[in-house]
Amino acid sequence: MHENEQISGNRRKIQDIMLRHSSKRRLMDKIVSALAVVGVLAAIIPLASILLEVIKNGASAITIELVTQPPGAIGSATSGGIAPAIQGTLIVIGLATLIGAPVGILTGIFLSEFAPGNGLFPSAVRLFSDVLIGLPSVVIGIVGYLTIVLTTGSFSVLAGAFSLSIIMIPIVVRITEETLKIVPNSIREAGQSLGIAKWKITLFIVLKSAKSGVITGIVLAISRIAGETAPLIMTILGTSLFFSSFTNPVDALPLRIWRLASQPYDSAHSQGWGAALILIIVVMILSMALRLLTQRKGFKVKASHV
Amino acid sequence: MTPENEGFLDGSLLNPSSKKGNDLHLKQEQRHKVSIKNLDAWFGTKQALKNINLDIKPNAATAIIGPSGCGKTTLIRCLNRMHEMTPGATAKGHIIIDGDVDIYDKSVDPVIIKRRIGMVFQKPNPFPTMSIYDNVSAGLKLNGVKDKRLINDIVKESLEGAALWDEVKDELDKPGIGLSGGQQQRLCIARALAMQPEVLLMDEPTSALDPIASSKIEELVHVLKKELTIITVTHNMLQAARVSDYTAFMYLGELIEYGPTSQIFKTPQKELTERYISGKFG
Repeated sequence: MHENEQISGNRRKIQDIMLRHSSKRRLMDKIVSALAVVGVLAAIIPLASILLEVIKNGASAITIELVTQPPGAIGSATSGGIAPAIQGTLIVIGLATLIGAPVGILTGIFLSEFAPGNGLFPSAVRLFSDVLIGLPSVVIGIVGYLTIVLTTGSFSVLAGAFSLSIIMIPIVVRITEETLKIVPNSIREAGQSLGIAKWKITLFIVLKSAKSGVITGIVLAISRIAGETAPLIMTILGTSLFFSSFTNPVDALPLRIWRLASQPYDSAHSQGWGAALILIIVVMILSMALRLLTQRKGFKVKASHV
Repeated sequence: MTPENEGFLDGSLLNPSSKKGNDLHLKQEQRHKVSIKNLDAWFGTKQALKNINLDIKPNAATAIIGPSGCGKTTLIRCLNRMHEMTPGATAKGHIIIDGDVDIYDKSVDPVIIKRRIGMVFQKPNPFPTMSIYDNVSAGLKLNGVKDKRLINDIVKESLEGAALWDEVKDELDKPGIGLSGGQQQRLCIARALAMQPEVLLMDEPTSALDPIASSKIEELVHVLKKELTIITVTHNMLQAARVSDYTAFMYLGELIEYGPTSQIFKTPQKELTERYISGKFG
């Protein structure tokens, strides 16, 4: 009997405490969700206002001439367009991605699948790539200038793509590694139990399972490098001409925006806004295209004559 | 399984010296599909298996039972050299298939031995990005089988073998992870069967399934053992009694008792076995 009283006494105490907590809980729920909304607004308002400002000022500047013509000569009647900059941006980003994405993905695979744990070498690679992420891009531009521009004797597409790929690699490395680590080990074991070679398990099963995460990493990296200006000044230089070869200077949208903005003419400023809007659209199209292209194209049925 | 038809996927696995052995001796060994001899296994410095000796009969289901942590999962993970894939895990001893090949011999490639000995895991683990068809054919395709007609035939055969064909034949292109838990486990069995294994290892294959899905897997064991040798680990003693022909009882990394299932459950020779079977501990 005594024990039963003790239990019901404890039950009452616990229930009292929980009752008090439940009114507190409702208040806390409200506070936390309100804070979350404030956070969302703080993130979205600057973003939306930048976007709106660019659209407001840039939309009217976008003409056929702007996207198809090279810039007009200074003092000429027509102001021309920014076509070489659009072309140059696509080429430099494309080349940088061709260099940076495979290197980044392979390094991420190495860190996650072939050198797990905290050995000296993988830890060093991780530290190095984290430092690289934090390195100011102007420093990477100087590296591109010193290693490629000075040795080849000219500003070039290659020097620009090289510099941008160095910015890209550590981002892709870390996101690839983190995404691969999330793939459950049971999937690897399933592959091993079928006697499949490790490299095939890694590429065709594990990497395939982590595909959308890896693509996100590449898209993020592309968005990052698409807006880089400082490293391009020191590597591709900028020009009013269309692309001629990988060893010659080329134009790029961020460079063109910077040039247009530093001119004293209203028409140039307007073109600059237009160029900014186009840069945003280009990045948007690139990332959506990449997602669409690599999305599951439905499951291929190869069982037609089963 | 006749000596002429050993079903090797890779000729390099054959150990020529053992072929020259005494024929009578070979015949004797043939009665055992898998012979485990003096097997020890460790996780780091912790010994998980202590000198296991066990002969598994062909075309029969053998259940390994015992309380949690007794080493039964470690034992079957040694049988296809999966154990050593865990960082820090090691094993030493001999596991002889068909009285012929020691899978712990230095000349044996641990990747290739897994093609001969299939495995089904505790939790269904179909490949998440693959269709039902691709899940079953993955082992073949990624091991170099290109003949599409052959692959199609094997996919159908394997799904039939896993009693899943009728349920999925019209949706082979749907993702494997869209199936129910029990169907996923049968998909995993089909995936293992597609490799044409001689031995199928099952690590508590029904512990994540409901009773109906479990009973389907149990029925499957009865059918499959006509074609291959099944070794299953189970927590569920009733299941062991229902599905197996032979039962091995393990405790603290040691094999305590092994024999025909009816004998283990009705007239166990060791007191420890008797106490475990009757639910006094474990």
